[in-house]
Amino acid sequence: MRYLPKSPAERTEMLREIGASSIDDLFSTIPEEYRLKRDLNIPRQMGESEIIDHFKNAAAHNAVGYASFIGAGVYRHYRPVIIDSLVQRGEFLTSYTPYQAEITQGTLQAIFEFQTMICELTGMDIANASMYDGSTGAAEAAMMAVRITGRDGIVVARTVHPEYREVMETYAQHQEHSANEVGYGADGRIDLATLEQALTDKSAAVLVQSPNFFGVVEDIPAIAEIAHKKGALLIVSIAEAISLGIVRPPAEADIVSLEAQSFGVAPSYGGPFCGVLAAKEKYLRQMPGRLVGETKDKDGRRGFVLTLSTREQHIRREKATSNICTNQALVALMATIYMTVYGKQGIKDLAVQNLAKAQYAAKTLSENGKLLFANAPRFHEFVLQTSETAEQLNARLLENKIIGGLSLKKWYPELGNATLWCATELTTKEQIDQAAAVLTEASVATTA
Amino acid sequence: MATTEQPFVGTPRKVTAHLTQNEKLSFEISSPGKKAYKLPPLDVPEVDPAQLLGKAAREDTGTLPELSEIEIIRHFTRLSTWNYAIDLGMYPLGSCTMKYNPRVNEFVSRLEGIAEAHPYQPESLSQGSLQIVKLLQDCLIEITGMDTITLQPAAGAHGEFTGILLARAWHKSKGNARRNILIPDSAHGTNPATAAVCGYQVVNIKSNSQGGIDVAALEQIVNEDTAALMLTNPSTIGVFENQIHKIADILHAKGALLYMDGANMNALCGKTRPGDFGVDVMHLNLHKTFSTPHGGGGPGSGPVACKKILEPFLPIPVVEEGSDGQLRWNYDRPESVGRVRAFYGNFGMFVRALAYTLANGPDGLRQTTEDAVLNANYIRKKLEDVYDLPYTTPSMHEVVFSDRRQVKNGIKTGDLAKRLIDYGFHPYTTSFPLIVPGALMIEPTESESREELDLFVDAMRQIAREADENPELILSAPHSTRVSRLDETTAARKPVLRWKPQPE
Ligand SMILES: Cc1ncc(COP(=O)(O)O)c(C=O)c1O
Repeated sequence: MRYLPKSPAERTEMLREIGASSIDDLFSTIPEEYRLKRDLNIPRQMGESEIIDHFKNAAAHNAVGYASFIGAGVYRHYRPVIIDSLVQRGEFLTSYTPYQAEITQGTLQAIFEFQTMICELTGMDIANASMYDGSTGAAEAAMMAVRITGRDGIVVARTVHPEYREVMETYAQHQEHSANEVGYGADGRIDLATLEQALTDKSAAVLVQSPNFFGVVEDIPAIAEIAHKKGALLIVSIAEAISLGIVRPPAEADIVSLEAQSFGVAPSYGGPFCGVLAAKEKYLRQMPGRLVGETKDKDGRRGFVLTLSTREQHIRREKATSNICTNQALVALMATIYMTVYGKQGIKDLAVQNLAKAQYAAKTLSENGKLLFANAPRFHEFVLQTSETAEQLNARLLENKIIGGLSLKKWYPELGNATLWCATELTTKEQIDQAAAVLTEASVATTA
Repeated sequence: MATTEQPFVGTPRKVTAHLTQNEKLSFEISSPGKKAYKLPPLDVPEVDPAQLLGKAAREDTGTLPELSEIEIIRHFTRLSTWNYAIDLGMYPLGSCTMKYNPRVNEFVSRLEGIAEAHPYQPESLSQGSLQIVKLLQDCLIEITGMDTITLQPAAGAHGEFTGILLARAWHKSKGNARRNILIPDSAHGTNPATAAVCGYQVVNIKSNSQGGIDVAALEQIVNEDTAALMLTNPSTIGVFENQIHKIADILHAKGALLYMDGANMNALCGKTRPGDFGVDVMHLNLHKTFSTPHGGGGPGSGPVACKKILEPFLPIPVVEEGSDGQLRWNYDRPESVGRVRAFYGNFGMFVRALAYTLANGPDGLRQTTEDAVLNANYIRKKLEDVYDLPYTTPSMHEVVFSDRRQVKNGIKTGDLAKRLIDYGFHPYTTSFPLIVPGALMIEPTESESREELDLFVDAMRQIAREADENPELILSAPHSTRVSRLDETTAARKPVLRWKPQPE
């Protein structure tokens, strides 16, 4: 086996030095009847070229060469080459959690930079070193709010990503807290009047997403006022991190749960991504996950360490703020490099391009359908209502190597034939025009 | 061997001193107007954000650094050189399985059709991804000897969460979710934390004199309130629970389940299967046993394998093969515990773990396990005369010593660990498991050559000698790093968790 650095003679020699007569001596504590006496029934050992062929073959059975208008929590953005060059350095890639600060300063300083940038972008005071993803981050934020307020109700907007809501429900059903949902109004934003009614003095938090699942930017200051009036916290989930380049940060929130996949991370069929929680400083002790802090060494030199670990499972065990241990560190590093590449000006320029592309796409595509929630502020996604079903429309687009908008029927049947579209800086005018042309044909075909 | 000419640095055979570059925070080297990006010209009409977004428009993007590309490359490359890594040498962190991370794994995970796959693109255009999921599932089911699996959990602790939810759902389906989860005092902190997150009471159970489960005591503790026992096997002291089937029987007799923390599967793959020795539900850590890189703390992947009885409760969606041979996701599972994560899990890690499995095959996985166990036993043999071995039960893939002999000179495991850095090694795991006061938990993995092991043994023996002859040298270690003995107390007492612009 090519990864194993030992010759047969070395193995024999080592066994002799240990005083074992055969390798099976070392497995003698496994009761005889449970020892596997056959080969595992898995594919035979392959050479590197065969492995590459295996995955190239798999890749060829996925969509390759399609233009895509799907977003819905996973976004295709340009990924600068240096991200991969840097994260493939073995010193980052093959290093463990930085518990031994002296020989992990690289990882620690990078996380400190990450925490800082996340604070700057979200308008929060503190940020952790990452969570698994946006969905579990939202669930952890809700549990954090329950601990902070001592209340147990979570009020969730129906405009939060449906799969995030499902994850929150999974987490909530076994805790003793309840989650109830608040619908949206004609503008695609959470209905403020219903929200006000839904809140009680048992409500720990209101959780909204902005831009929400429809791509619409929620009125965060108004929601915050309603939540705070009832003594509940406001949690804002952000699934599209690039939006922070041009959309006002949710500064009135108490906790922000961000999915940073857009910052240089491939869609990769849904993961690995990078969740992160940011919050007001006063909630520090209830923050789950790792935190890196600045300090000095014994000679007064600046350095960084994992800190406040008395919140964490390895110290507090069943009293910890969360069970999370391994997080998404390397992906957080990718996001850090991405934010450094675009920087203060780039993140804004990029967000504006996304805005422009989506504006053009919405205008062009809605010539063959109705743009829902047209008057609310949007980032780079929009909902189109058509006479055709999503299946019909997408079948035609697929023939033209275009993956059209995502059908919303499963989650929002009340919207009829509605599809969710996304345009990013990678979407070209040509692709948009082409998709529009196919839609036109379609609507001609249906009217005929 | 050891000369005393350089008492200060010892005589590390593995390393010599080398310059390391200083590097400030990116914010501190930033200056306005520098750029590392160039956007293509906009091919659609320009927009006015203020007009489109109204009061939701952002005015100030906050302080992000402004740097050129070369500065960014140097910045992160310099930072990287401050890290130790498997690629540099042995990384014997017990319980963490720091094995070689094959580069072909990285290559295939970046193939266009794989990296660019969107989780919501049509299933007909995701067959390649689904095949990867299915084949990895099949391999892991065979390796664990279980009946079914979900790949959705994002790490070990998330797998524990999922597995305990499965157990809870099963109990609930029988009318009572039960109250308690039994957890040995040798367990990893995520086990009790998970039980709590799932709404269970933790009942801690004391290990016996061999560091294992006291079977007779267990029999007294298990009752109709017990939902499950969370057991790490081999245990966190690297010992196989040879009474495992008896343990399973005791639980099953009271209607409780056996959960296995599979963090230590690197000791078992191809040699024995948890499904065969009575385990009902377990998680794997693909970032340990299956070689996906730790990346400075993550990402991981924590598949949960279980017996047939728990299958109805698996998180949605589950992959299925249609009669037409096409793979698809099934969401229609009324008894499911729900989703534990958006989409399907850390798919990029599935690709890497499968590449690793294919590179090994059945013979390679078995040889890997054997070498991992051989290496641990070799270290044990070579160090047991100088470090205290609190449990003499045969070791599998890791060996746990204690600092008992060194403590008499005022030196603790953490100090020995810091000194090991000067010898060019990453320290072993310190202070875990809790049942060993002053633990030195050493897991070499299969990836170490005999030469590297000998260097490690040599370093550990020199350090033991220093502990007797020159304790101060150890107490002030490391001496060779950019920074040494960072002040963790002040870091926690006065937290500085972000850089702040200096007032002008
Ligand atoms: C024995 C044991 N159990 C559970 C875990 C938790 O796994 P993870 O860090 O992937 O969440 C670890 C490792 O960290 C471990 O060593």
